[in-house]
Amino acid sequence: MTHLSKSPWILHYDASSCNGCDIEVLACLTPLYDVERFGIINTGNPKHADMLVITGGINEQNRAVVKNLFDQMPDPKVVVAVGICACTGGVFRECYNIAGGVDCIIPVDVYVPGCAARPESIIDGIVRALSVLEEKKAKLVKPERAGSGGER
Amino acid sequence: MIMVEYALLFIVLAPFVGGLVAGVDRKLTARMQGRVGPPLLQPFYDVGKLFQKEQIVVTPSQHFYILSYLVFIVASGALFFAGGDLLLVIFAFTLAHIFLVLGAYSSYSPYSFIGAERELIQIIAYEPMIILAAVGMYMVTKSFFVWEIMASSLPLILYLPGVFLGFLMVLTIKLRKSPFDLSTSHHAHQEIVKGVTTEFSGPMLARVEIAHWYENVFLLGFIYLFFAWNPVYGIIAIIVAYLLEILIDNTFSRGTWKFTLKSAWIIAGMMGLVNLGVLYYLSGVVPV
Repeated sequence: MTHLSKSPWILHYDASSCNGCDIEVLACLTPLYDVERFGIINTGNPKHADMLVITGGINEQNRAVVKNLFDQMPDPKVVVAVGICACTGGVFRECYNIAGGVDCIIPVDVYVPGCAARPESIIDGIVRALSVLEEKKAKLVKPERAGSGGER
Repeated sequence: MIMVEYALLFIVLAPFVGGLVAGVDRKLTARMQGRVGPPLLQPFYDVGKLFQKEQIVVTPSQHFYILSYLVFIVASGALFFAGGDLLLVIFAFTLAHIFLVLGAYSSYSPYSFIGAERELIQIIAYEPMIILAAVGMYMVTKSFFVWEIMASSLPLILYLPGVFLGFLMVLTIKLRKSPFDLSTSHHAHQEIVKGVTTEFSGPMLARVEIAHWYENVFLLGFIYLFFAWNPVYGIIAIIVAYLLEILIDNTFSRGTWKFTLKSAWIIAGMMGLVNLGVLYYLSGVVPV
């Protein structure tokens, strides 16, 4: 385990959520759950963030915004889709303005279902995302090493 | 006498002390809010993580500015702990922050721009009071050299109570605490995305963080100067002052830039000026 999984900084974005999941995400920061125990901080800046937590499905208005936020985050990064709307589009899936879940534009690493997702399951999803973050870091380092080692 | 070994000690130990102080700060803040809080070593984990992240360079000049910020903060702190000229220390310290502002201005981001503007306002706000503190120490000890102020047997705090209170007020600005954390905040509560540090990511942000640790240790050392005649009081004063800053941070909401400027110039500045005036008038009466 590296420092990476000891201080995951989160960027929370409300795509088209009804605010139910957002309130549950913020509930994780309150004294009852206090995710800062694990070094988790809710930043407002994609350039400081390690994890993109998205609630709500993708619609035509936020398609570009979500893509932009994801592109601005430095590697290694993971995406957590919180709530059933972010996972698949939920009950809004068939709406004319909804493109679907978050995975229709950016790769999602962890899906947290629920309507609304409970704080316990959100924390569980973030903890699972930590191991994905470590995997991605390992993959980032490997090609460099192989190059410098001169193995061909 | 200039003591190079203390400067070297500062360069080696200050990041550890500064990081630990930041850890204690976060823990105490969490307890004040009824939370458990992160581990004591969390600031080190954060910086360790930032060094593992990809560095997104918005403009290449950012590297130069942020490295200069770190180097000049370290240089001013090292000069201070070596016992150098207090005025030179303050000028190097100000120059360091100008580099941070330039770094923020070098990227075309509105959030970064607003942060840089606010950082400039903060520099304008605290600078007179820090100079007044140096002048006050000169009036009592007849020297701008830190080692001579340290060697003085006069209890500086009894001569300069107003200057000390004024300095504590601008210390709130310097430590980036509410109500004066305008340009950026080191807590999770957000200020115009992240103000002056918005465009710095990964290792560059880690350097800003380390510079801030150096800066905090230097500022706490400055408090010690007021109590240099008695080291025990000096240590107690540093601890009490820092606890007070954490309490203020958690009790006040963020103020406007006008409030910051008024507090730093009218209230803190006046306390300092009146103190120096009284000291000037009494110069024939009290042993100075």
